[in-house]
Amino acid sequence: MFRSLLFIPSNNPSMIQNADIFSADGIIFDLEDSVDISEKDNARNLLMNYLNEGTNYPSLIVLRINPVETEFFLNDLELLKTQKINYVLLPKADIESLKILDRHLSTYEEKYKLDKIKVIVLTETTNSIIEIDQIAKHKRVEGILLGAEDLCNELEINRTNEGNEILFARSKVIYACTANNIIAIDTPNTSIDNEELLKKDCLNAKNLGMKAKSAIHPNQLEIINDIFSPSKDEIDWAIKVIKEKEKNLSKGAFSVDGKMIDKPLLMKADKIINKAKLYHLI
Amino acid sequence: MKIGTAGSKESNDCFITVKESDKTEITIESIVAAFFYDQIKETIENTLKELDVKNVIVVVEDKGALDYTIKSRLISAIKRMN
Repeated sequence: MFRSLLFIPSNNPSMIQNADIFSADGIIFDLEDSVDISEKDNARNLLMNYLNEGTNYPSLIVLRINPVETEFFLNDLELLKTQKINYVLLPKADIESLKILDRHLSTYEEKYKLDKIKVIVLTETTNSIIEIDQIAKHKRVEGILLGAEDLCNELEINRTNEGNEILFARSKVIYACTANNIIAIDTPNTSIDNEELLKKDCLNAKNLGMKAKSAIHPNQLEIINDIFSPSKDEIDWAIKVIKEKEKNLSKGAFSVDGKMIDKPLLMKADKIINKAKLYHLI
Repeated sequence: MKIGTAGSKESNDCFITVKESDKTEITIESIVAAFFYDQIKETIENTLKELDVKNVIVVVEDKGALDYTIKSRLISAIKRMN
């Protein structure tokens, strides 16, 4: 479980050496769009040496590889040998490219005796949105990240501050993830110096059902972490619900602050408490 | 003459040039040379040894890169020699 994933270009030594001190729950080391084609080898090489010989690492590491049809794809997978990658992030994904990745990951797991390699899928094409139910059901997939910029490019529409143009895609991601018990991760907000806009964007995504958000700049992390954590009011409510339940063990339903609490709300309280503990809020 | 380069002159990075030669020479210009010249040289020497690369001129323009960054830039520069 995580709230925030920060993209870091894998050819940037300054950001790589600080990766463990950013307040992101996880770091996405990017070998794809933020790395120029002429620097792919250099970026992969830097990341390989960092992962093999660095001293401090982020607690959760995601590797964004290049798409399966590129000449870089197989070389990118070599980084799995470091055994420090928690998730592979598959860009420009669809069900076919996911199956290709899956076959290669199985080979790596067998050849290098690796634990099961988990995948986060980047849905950034119309096709991936159409195929999202199959993608979400795939045994390797533990999360889906919406990539709105590429999606809107394909649709030939502009991004807006309100985000109505991506409501359908967001909803598809959220429903597919929730139904398959995997994590829905929201698209990054490209405004890196507009806190109010970022707050509204995060709240909108959270209220729709996104469970985490990606970031493209460290200064976005505080707001993302704050909004995607349970609020103080939510935690107080959940603690009250759990305490009341302990007093009413034999009852299917009971009341807190004049409102009826039954199984769905009890489960909600449990989830809030678990998240609050995970993020050290209680 | 075969030549390869890798890296940048931005902070925490280094720019490395490797040229084919009849003997190995290492030149290091670093903003932290006063403290880390020997360590940078050792990283270069060890990496050349690891890759079994001989007879090259290595020029390091260092802006405070960590050892693994120097090593990775040197490996890239060597692989890019053509």
